Amino acid sequence: MSDNDGQRFDRLPATEAERDVEGRATREEVVDYFADRFGIPSETFDDYTFWEKGAGKIWVYGGEASTPLEIEAIGMTCLRTRQEHWKPTTDFVQRFGRAATDCVIDLEPAEARRFAAGEDQEIERWDGDWGYLIAAHDVGVGPTDQPGGDGELVDRGEREPIGVGLYVHGELRSMVPKGRQRDLES
Amino acid sequence: MEPLERYRPIIDDFEDFLAACRRPLGNAVRVNTIKASVDRALATLEAEGLAYEQADWNPRVLDLETDSPGSTWASFHGFTHGQEEVSAVPPVVLDPEPGERVWDCCAAPGGKATQIAALMDDRGTVVANDNNLGRISALRFNAERLGATSLAVTNADARNYSLQRFDFDEFDRTLVDAPCSCEGTIRKNPDALDNWSEGHISSVAGIQKGIIRRAIQATREGGTVVYSTCTFAPEENEAVVQHALEAEDCRVVDFDLGLEHAPGLTEWDGETFDSSLEKAARIYPHHNDTGGFFVAKLEVTA
Ligand SMILES: C[S@@+](CC[C@H](N)C(=O)[O-])C[C@H]1O[C@@H](n2cnc3c(N)ncnc32)[C@H](O)[C@@H]1O
Repeated sequence: MSDNDGQRFDRLPATEAERDVEGRATREEVVDYFADRFGIPSETFDDYTFWEKGAGKIWVYGGEASTPLEIEAIGMTCLRTRQEHWKPTTDFVQRFGRAATDCVIDLEPAEARRFAAGEDQEIERWDGDWGYLIAAHDVGVGPTDQPGGDGELVDRGEREPIGVGLYVHGELRSMVPKGRQRDLES
Repeated sequence: MEPLERYRPIIDDFEDFLAACRRPLGNAVRVNTIKASVDRALATLEAEGLAYEQADWNPRVLDLETDSPGSTWASFHGFTHGQEEVSAVPPVVLDPEPGERVWDCCAAPGGKATQIAALMDDRGTVVANDNNLGRISALRFNAERLGATSLAVTNADARNYSLQRFDFDEFDRTLVDAPCSCEGTIRKNPDALDNWSEGHISSVAGIQKGIIRRAIQATREGGTVVYSTCTFAPEENEAVVQHALEAEDCRVVDFDLGLEHAPGLTEWDGETFDSSLEKAARIYPHHNDTGGFFVAKLEVTA
């Protein structure tokens, strides 16, 4: 086993048997994590590769590249590993989280605004697992096309992931990174 | 506005041109179809009570009525990205297809690179390069916010770019959105002309020539190179393409553009250019009430 070189991108080994870097997550573990925790089907990632750069930072990439690779970035950071509880990124859940069925907490408009602003909040109604959740809300629901309104409901008012939250003891903590936080009006 | 006087002989309706240059620009955003269909993005904006107008030539380009286009749910979700209307032209002219290898050799902060990824349904390889590390952090931020998973970001000088880091040795298409004197951004940056000088123009033109040559070399035979700038100076536009025609194997080709524009020039300041340069497009601010842009499309012939 060799040590992780944090300066370059290394493709994740497919499985445990192929692992040759200490502590590195495998592709199988990553895909299983997204499926087990959030119900994101494994096939979602068939055309993607996963890479590690830095200690435990995992990237998801759809293009061509050979391993190892010393460049600035490939695809997007998706997951933080090498810690007890793996933590998905906000940008990853925005990109792939629509396929999630589990550990998704639906927020009311005011809650969604607080979450996007990076605020922590008490939310008692959640009775699912604690830990990292996908916070979501309905977008595209205007006054004319709310259920019961007289507009057509076409593909609108669908659930949309906002970001990652940490749920513990009745509190939802927003994990939206500082640079992505916004004060939204509606 | 003084420096723009030199273009009086080549621009029709020059007074209208000057007047347009003095008017500030509205807020344009591009719908990022990696994360939402145009319908879904529009529904999101409507639900937020935001008025918009779609561009005639491109339904993904919107003129948005708001003072803070970056503080909307549509933007938070990465459904929209602030990008000037004319700045959305070069990727459309490049016309990349899903699965291709594309090089955006001057890519930061990434408006066009992410648009290229979107036009490819985020499938294939888009190498987004820039030589300025500070600007690369903005490029990476935008790529992640917009969910572009087909992007590989590199930090190198495009003039002697090495493909050794990849498994392949040529690109299908390359965009050269060159560093330039930015005269055409005067409506967005009123101080764009403050440091204007002919000396500056000729030194950027030298860099542009180096970049366009490497772009053509790195693109396969039959592949496409699009050269664009946000400036009017022929020294940075037609003269650069003329240099490429003389030094590399390529030709200028036609393209459709749903925006009003003037043809490229075939002479300037005593110098003449190949007649094929008429196929290039000069988009002036008074044409479509936008910023200014130059776009030329090249086919690599060997
Ligand atoms: C017009 S801007 C690109 C805008 C970008 N295409 C977009 O749409 O967001 C030109 C870029 O070229 C970069 N640049 C300047 N000289 C370069 C060189 N020799 N090699 C690579 N990039 C260079 C600058 O740092 C700048 O970010």
